[in-house]
Amino acid sequence: MSHFIGKRLVQMAVVFVFVSVFAFSIIYFSPGDPLYLYTSPSVSVYKMTDEQLEDMRESLGLTGNAAQRYLNWAGKMLHGDWGLSVSNHQPVKKQIMDKLPNTIGLMGAALLLSVILAIPLGLLAGSYKNKWVDNIISGISYLGISLPAFWFGIMLIIVFSLKLGWFPSSGMRTIGVNSAADVVRHGVLPVIVLSVNNTAVFVRYIRSNTIEQREEEYVMTAISKGVPKIQVMYRHVLKNCLLPIITMVGMNFGTLITGSFIVESVFGWPGLGTLCMDAINSRDYTMIMGITMLACIVLLIGNFLADILYGFADPRIKRGEERENG
Amino acid sequence: MDRKVMKKVFFSNKMTVLCTGLLLAVMAASLLAPLSPYDPDAVNVAEKLQGMSSKHIFGTDSLGRDTFTRALYGGRVSLLVGFAAMCVAVFIGTFIGTVSGYKGGKVDSICMRVVDVFLSVPSLLFIIVVYAFMPRNMVTLVLMLASFSWTKVARVVRAQTLTLKERDFVTAAKALGVGQSTVIWRHIIPNLMPQIIVASSLSIANAILDESALSFLGYGIQLPMASWGSMLQSAQQYILYNPICAVIPGSLILITVLCFNVMGDMLQQILDPKLVK
Repeated sequence: MSHFIGKRLVQMAVVFVFVSVFAFSIIYFSPGDPLYLYTSPSVSVYKMTDEQLEDMRESLGLTGNAAQRYLNWAGKMLHGDWGLSVSNHQPVKKQIMDKLPNTIGLMGAALLLSVILAIPLGLLAGSYKNKWVDNIISGISYLGISLPAFWFGIMLIIVFSLKLGWFPSSGMRTIGVNSAADVVRHGVLPVIVLSVNNTAVFVRYIRSNTIEQREEEYVMTAISKGVPKIQVMYRHVLKNCLLPIITMVGMNFGTLITGSFIVESVFGWPGLGTLCMDAINSRDYTMIMGITMLACIVLLIGNFLADILYGFADPRIKRGEERENG
Repeated sequence: MDRKVMKKVFFSNKMTVLCTGLLLAVMAASLLAPLSPYDPDAVNVAEKLQGMSSKHIFGTDSLGRDTFTRALYGGRVSLLVGFAAMCVAVFIGTFIGTVSGYKGGKVDSICMRVVDVFLSVPSLLFIIVVYAFMPRNMVTLVLMLASFSWTKVARVVRAQTLTLKERDFVTAAKALGVGQSTVIWRHIIPNLMPQIIVASSLSIANAILDESALSFLGYGIQLPMASWGSMLQSAQQYILYNPICAVIPGSLILITVLCFNVMGDMLQQILDPKLVK
């Protein structure tokens, strides 16, 4: 097991270095001078001498060749110094950490909802293969996969916010109200939209696994011994479906992150996505790099945890054997 | 599988026929868009935000443009971008997948690590970030979409190449002294067609969905050109007054993507009967 974890950690580190080089090259090759605000005579309100500018370049790590600048930047990132936002001069890290819990909350709730909905639906569809129950569930899951999330969000706003007035259409809190219930009320629609795609993917996966498991001999044995069907499903079939679910959750982490960015911009949810869109629109390089790196870290950790859990659940990996598709 | 059998199986499956029909209808409508009496870009403020009527069957948008006509023209853009992105992705994916699977060893492990890197970044976020610093036109959009979707094709193709290269006809070709590239081109790729067709169908679905999300966020198709996604972006502010502007383009995205997804899955079952349970 430790060998497996070690190997995954090394892999993760390699991917991380690649991603960081990529994120760095965005700022390196982007046109224009990051100090435009200070150097341009037409914009600048700062009267700076050439020496002062040179000092400033040095302090921002803008001197030297690409490799030196990359190492400088990467070193600072590792030490937790993510720089100052170009647009408002506040520390990038603090701004990100302020918004992070909002996004994590949204993602966590959506993931939970997906798993809770997908397990019974997937088992049901799988055990009534090609019957009407299955046809309905499979049909809906096809819809869920093909649904543009932002459009679904707009439709929900039209129906539930504008027509029925059940839920607020945007934001996270009502101004002046400070209660958890208020946040939950604001979160209902975004969480539903964010969970649709994953739920559909999970249902399809659990369905096909259920069909596979039901043909196994131990299920036959259990049924012929007279164990009630529902018990067979939850005790035996589900147990063996959980493994792929864990992998699926890990693999779909990326969809969840980008999905949350889209959902946030539809519902005006004050999270990382909104922060990122603002940063892109104002060309706030340091902020964009910070968020990109963080999103990658979250994704890598998600994948990593899924792999570890898989390892714990699957004795073959615990013993240090390779997974078939390794 | 020989072509006749394939045709027969294809037409015996109601879902594939239905989806093909719907897709052909959407494509035909987009191609025939100039037949509409309205100019998709002509502004007519006097008739703005109208509901459904006999004159404008799906109403008009905030500038008085006919929603139905715009949706048809938007379909051209969305379908073109989806199709082009799929072609690029399938081309790169097939190339990397076959070479990686056929060569094995170092080449294979390097290619697969590259695939891993691409799979472990949040793709849409990266596309938005890179796109913010690139000239915004259709070519870059297509390349960006393709650059993150070829990995799925490459994985499928590689796995299939690994089994194909052990087959007798490949060994026979090699024994006759046929060069590597010829073996791949003449013997491996033709036998990969079922997998490639399925991957293409799913890849178009994804590309259309991603393009619409990007355009909706304002990073895809740029004005005055419109795709289904960018129509939704402009409709968002007026949903209170005229929800139909938002309903039409979204439904078209949904139908198109759904049909490509269903078709991909059904084709997989038809072309690969082992998977049918």
